[in-house]
Amino acid sequence: MNYWPLAGIAIVVLGFALRFNPLLVVVSAALATGVLAGLDPLAVIAALGKAFNDNRYISVTWIILPVIGLLERYGLQQRARTVIEGMRGATMGKLLVAYLAFRQLASALGMKDIGGHAQAVRPLVAPMAEAAAVKTHGDLPEGARDEVKAMAAATDNVGLFFGEDIFFAIASILLIQGVFEAAGYPLTPLELSVWAIPTALAAFAIHAGRILAFDRRLGRAGR
Amino acid sequence: MITYEWLYLLAGAAFAVWAALSAKDGRWGNAAFWALLSASFLAGSHLSDLANGVLVLALVAIAGLGGLKRSDPPTTAPQERTAHAERLGNRLFLPALVVPLTAVAGTLLYNYTPLGETGLFEARRETLILFGIGVLAALVGAMAWLRPPLMAPAQEGRRLIDSIGWAAILPQMLAALGAVFALAGVGDIIGGVARGVIPEGSVFLTVVVFAAGMALFTMIMGNAFAAFPVMATAIGIPLLIQTYGGNPAVIGAVGMLAGFCGTLLTPMAANFNIVPAALLELKDQNAVIRQQIGTAVPLWVCNVLIIYVGAFLLWN
Repeated sequence: MNYWPLAGIAIVVLGFALRFNPLLVVVSAALATGVLAGLDPLAVIAALGKAFNDNRYISVTWIILPVIGLLERYGLQQRARTVIEGMRGATMGKLLVAYLAFRQLASALGMKDIGGHAQAVRPLVAPMAEAAAVKTHGDLPEGARDEVKAMAAATDNVGLFFGEDIFFAIASILLIQGVFEAAGYPLTPLELSVWAIPTALAAFAIHAGRILAFDRRLGRAGR
Repeated sequence: MITYEWLYLLAGAAFAVWAALSAKDGRWGNAAFWALLSASFLAGSHLSDLANGVLVLALVAIAGLGGLKRSDPPTTAPQERTAHAERLGNRLFLPALVVPLTAVAGTLLYNYTPLGETGLFEARRETLILFGIGVLAALVGAMAWLRPPLMAPAQEGRRLIDSIGWAAILPQMLAALGAVFALAGVGDIIGGVARGVIPEGSVFLTVVVFAAGMALFTMIMGNAFAAFPVMATAIGIPLLIQTYGGNPAVIGAVGMLAGFCGTLLTPMAANFNIVPAALLELKDQNAVIRQQIGTAVPLWVCNVLIIYVGAFLLWN
């Protein structure tokens, strides 16, 4: 058996690890794989062109940007900040659990850019979480403050990753659809996205439990 | 009958407008990139495979040479935005909600009422087509409600697409990579190797290897999207689906989420894990990852169980 086509996988791994432009890495891997499998170079370029063309629907999702951009022009991000600020007053645990739910729900409805590290975590969620923790547990050593802020950032990531795939018109869902369709298994985006729900619930349960446990642990350490 | 071609005309038009605005702005790299992508949407179905392939190489050349830059189209100032947000309140979320509502409610109506018999939409394509209709409805509604300058949606859209840059076509390119892998028989090769390593007939162990492969490849590459075509063509499709008859939807969807667990664990996913540590001025640059381990590991186990139960126990 000819194992050389596997070099394409090695190119993907190395190329990403060495931080080359990912598009360059992917196309190099595709060309190398095809040629090493014994195909004519022009035939590989044609195959790549056909596959790119067949998968255009993945990039169709960007037509939503004028709507999101227009709403941002009228203060969508500022309104999201107000909603997040409304979570103030609670304990650090309750605040971060509420933010987790907000982030998951917004992402599941296609608003994955509400929130994020630069937009929400640094200016709002992290300082609010830190203030709430100090209010409940008294002054905290710097290490514990860093842990609280890191937990705020972690909560943003978990909420985004395990909410966004419930929205069907998102690149990851359509990428799955494209790969499976090329292999002869046509699926619809909704068939895929409903299967993101069990993991989303598990993510909420696990991460919310950990946030609340962290809040209790801070309380014990403070005394 | 409404087909994907209609959506491609819509997307092609959007990218053509962004190309024209980029050119007017003197951003030639951006203009060329979006113009080529627009050409792919508008004319791709009529071009030869080789011509489409050359178009792909040109797109990649522009991106690889750093031809794409962020842009700074005219928009509102932060103070204006705050004032608008106070006046408009939570109603600002409504136009964004129109899109998923149109698509999901429309899909359900189309599939579970006699509406489906009209054959209005191309088979199995109705959700994404309805997404396009939802976007148009939201855009028209928001324009009528907010009354911005006519070019505002185009300029605001350009601001966002330029901030995404070449990454906008990475998922499409990765799906194409998956197709080339399939053509070159990558799945058959790894499937053969894996069949030799994983005990014959052990569905559960194969699920574990698939999910572990997704997480590990994602950790190495920092990107679950890149890991997916590799693991799907290597193990997911040849072993879990073809050999053991698992449910493709579960294996695809939850396999990707197992990869996302890997994203939580790797400094390679710098945007999510390292950048926030810097933004928050944390002493330990891996502090965010440390807080994520306790969630990612048990959640990965959940994903293994969801694939095993959903794709095999409930399916067969």
